[in-house]
Amino acid sequence: MIIVDSRNLNFREINEQIKLAAQKSKYINLINVNGQRYIGTGLSSSVNITIEGLPGNDLAAFLNGPRITVNGNGQDAIANTMNAGEVIIHGMAGDTAGYAMRGGSVYISGNAGYRVGIHMKEYKSSIPAIIIGNKAGDFLGEYMAGGIVAVLGLNLGKGDSIVGNYCGTGMHGGVIYVRGHVGNHQLGAEVVRKEMKENDYKKLEPLLRKFCSYFKNDYKDIVKGPFTKLVSVNKRPYGSLYAY
Amino acid sequence: MLSFLQPEFLIQRDKDRCNSCGLCVKQCSFEVHQHDKVKGTVLSDETKCICCHRCVTMCPTRALSVRKNTLAFRRNSNWTVKAVREIYKQAETGGILLSGMGNPEDYPIYWDRIVINASQVTNPPIDPLREPMELKTFLGRKPERVDIDANGNLQVKLPPQLELEAPILFSAMSFGSISFNACKALAMAAAQLGIYYNAGEGGLHKDLYNYSRNTIAQVASGRFGINIEYLNACSAVEIKMGQGAKPGIGGHLPGEKVNEEISKTRMIPVGSDALSPAPHHDIYSIEDLKQLIYLLRETTGYAKPIAVKVAAVNNISSIASGIVRAGADIIVIDGFRGGTGAAPTRIRDNVGIPIEMAVASVDTRLKNEGIRSQVSIIASGSMRNSADIIKAIALGADAVYIATGALIALGCHVCQKCYTGKCSWGIATQNPDLVKRLNPDIGSKRLINLITAWINEIKEFLGGMGINSIDSLRGNRDMLRGIGLNQKELDILGIKAAGE
Repeated sequence: MIIVDSRNLNFREINEQIKLAAQKSKYINLINVNGQRYIGTGLSSSVNITIEGLPGNDLAAFLNGPRITVNGNGQDAIANTMNAGEVIIHGMAGDTAGYAMRGGSVYISGNAGYRVGIHMKEYKSSIPAIIIGNKAGDFLGEYMAGGIVAVLGLNLGKGDSIVGNYCGTGMHGGVIYVRGHVGNHQLGAEVVRKEMKENDYKKLEPLLRKFCSYFKNDYKDIVKGPFTKLVSVNKRPYGSLYAY
Repeated sequence: MLSFLQPEFLIQRDKDRCNSCGLCVKQCSFEVHQHDKVKGTVLSDETKCICCHRCVTMCPTRALSVRKNTLAFRRNSNWTVKAVREIYKQAETGGILLSGMGNPEDYPIYWDRIVINASQVTNPPIDPLREPMELKTFLGRKPERVDIDANGNLQVKLPPQLELEAPILFSAMSFGSISFNACKALAMAAAQLGIYYNAGEGGLHKDLYNYSRNTIAQVASGRFGINIEYLNACSAVEIKMGQGAKPGIGGHLPGEKVNEEISKTRMIPVGSDALSPAPHHDIYSIEDLKQLIYLLRETTGYAKPIAVKVAAVNNISSIASGIVRAGADIIVIDGFRGGTGAAPTRIRDNVGIPIEMAVASVDTRLKNEGIRSQVSIIASGSMRNSADIIKAIALGADAVYIATGALIALGCHVCQKCYTGKCSWGIATQNPDLVKRLNPDIGSKRLINLITAWINEIKEFLGGMGINSIDSLRGNRDMLRGIGLNQKELDILGIKAAGE
């Protein structure tokens, strides 16, 4: 384990330190992180990074393999255009987490902000996933073109809604699982509810098991659901909009 | 429903020349020509003709010609034939009208109202055939000051620069909007000419990584095909905020064009729509743009210039100032004539401002704010010839992007039907039978010919002005005069009237 004290370091220095440390150890602990952006950008090794403090925007952007654990909240655009690896947030995530994410997985124990999972996409075996422990903001899965988003609602307060409005607007691929009730008025025009099938539980199981192991939850309890499954109406939501 | 739309064009088939060989039937991707099996002749369904000249060009006996259908409507300067036809089309389909290529409407073309200076008697012209002419261009942020040590070595670390043999680049066209062969022709030509081409939004086909040193990667709102390998392979990264043909509008690559190869390059499933939203959803401000610029810098090790492309719109000079302050090394300004594979016709024909005005006002504003040297300006949309390029540079651009001009060199006939995916010249299509009509080797040769000819013309212009380096033309508006422009237009362009 190599400890990198991030106090008074800028993002460029932190990332240089991470790259140096990654040559010597598979475990790196960043302490005193205080809002620095871009931590772990484009990192390709199989290193494990633990962050103490509050990482800034674009944490794990273009990430390509490592596991990054944040003992605290994250900010906006976590896992922006991420390719592979894992991001684990012991807390809340800001807006646009998983923007254009193409692989790997993000686990958030608490709430996530607006437009989470926007434009996620999948290609063959590379299927990105975002698991949100409690609730998500408006425009969840907007323009989603592939991958899996699950919202678990584990800590909903009275009157809390598990997702915001416009859920799945412009969605044309992938699937959203919401462990709880989603009102019709909360759905985008391009999504429909579908019944959970065995295959859905198969897809969810490894993700939920990991979620439970990271955040000490009871898998059996979580998997009971009930889940609302949302998929896109079709692959071409705007195909009939134009005069050819 | 009965269609009120009569054919726009008429096929003229010279019966004496036509030997019913049927080549036109095979060549027409819009299925205009059909065999008449009973009579043994070839017939034409003119309602489908889009006037691409493929059959005319390929007919071995030169039996074919295409004419405009001059079917009369009662004269009306308000309800033009075009206006009437567009209403018929929308009434029959309920759809948003689509078009390819740039705005074709009858707006003033300021290039054609600007003339170029030449030396007479004093400061004599230079003959570029016998004397060196420097067109070498560096794009990127320039240092505030330069220190040189006693040995003549630079004591300043230069920000990353793109080095071009001439101030011309091929503008962003994605693999998807154009065919692999068209992409390859552009890549090969750029490599041989010592310039760059922009791969557009959609990633880089693995077979084009050989040319990645001459490639600019584009990051747009859909982030298609973007990963660290791609970003690091290319020589610069362009953030696309908008384009001149459709400012404020995203892009839709229809699922039927997403075949196996496109799917691999864009990293999406076969048959899935590739939707690029209108905004980047992580950019709502100059500060957010700065965040993406620095993310890309951090990702590419501060080794590549980062460009930001915007459409020329009302407040372009303020926008450009913000982009410089956000840290961009290059600003690309795309005028309202800029091309596209598909745009809503109304947007294409009505939104945005001319590049001539935009580039002049941006150059003026950045100079007034003392930040012009912090950024290079690429002007685009549209550069039709070397004179347009000379004028763009004299108005303040560092270089120009060309796209439609390059496609015309490859065989485009500007039929504006790119969005149908049926391009009979093998350019804006993914149909393998059509794609193979464009030979990348021949295509690149045509592009090299075009750019070489333009380079020679640019040198002649420079020599005529008594200038031996493109650097001396940059922003040198005294070399331009306006004809038939009002005072306000002259003021914005920063040029005098002819005779002044």
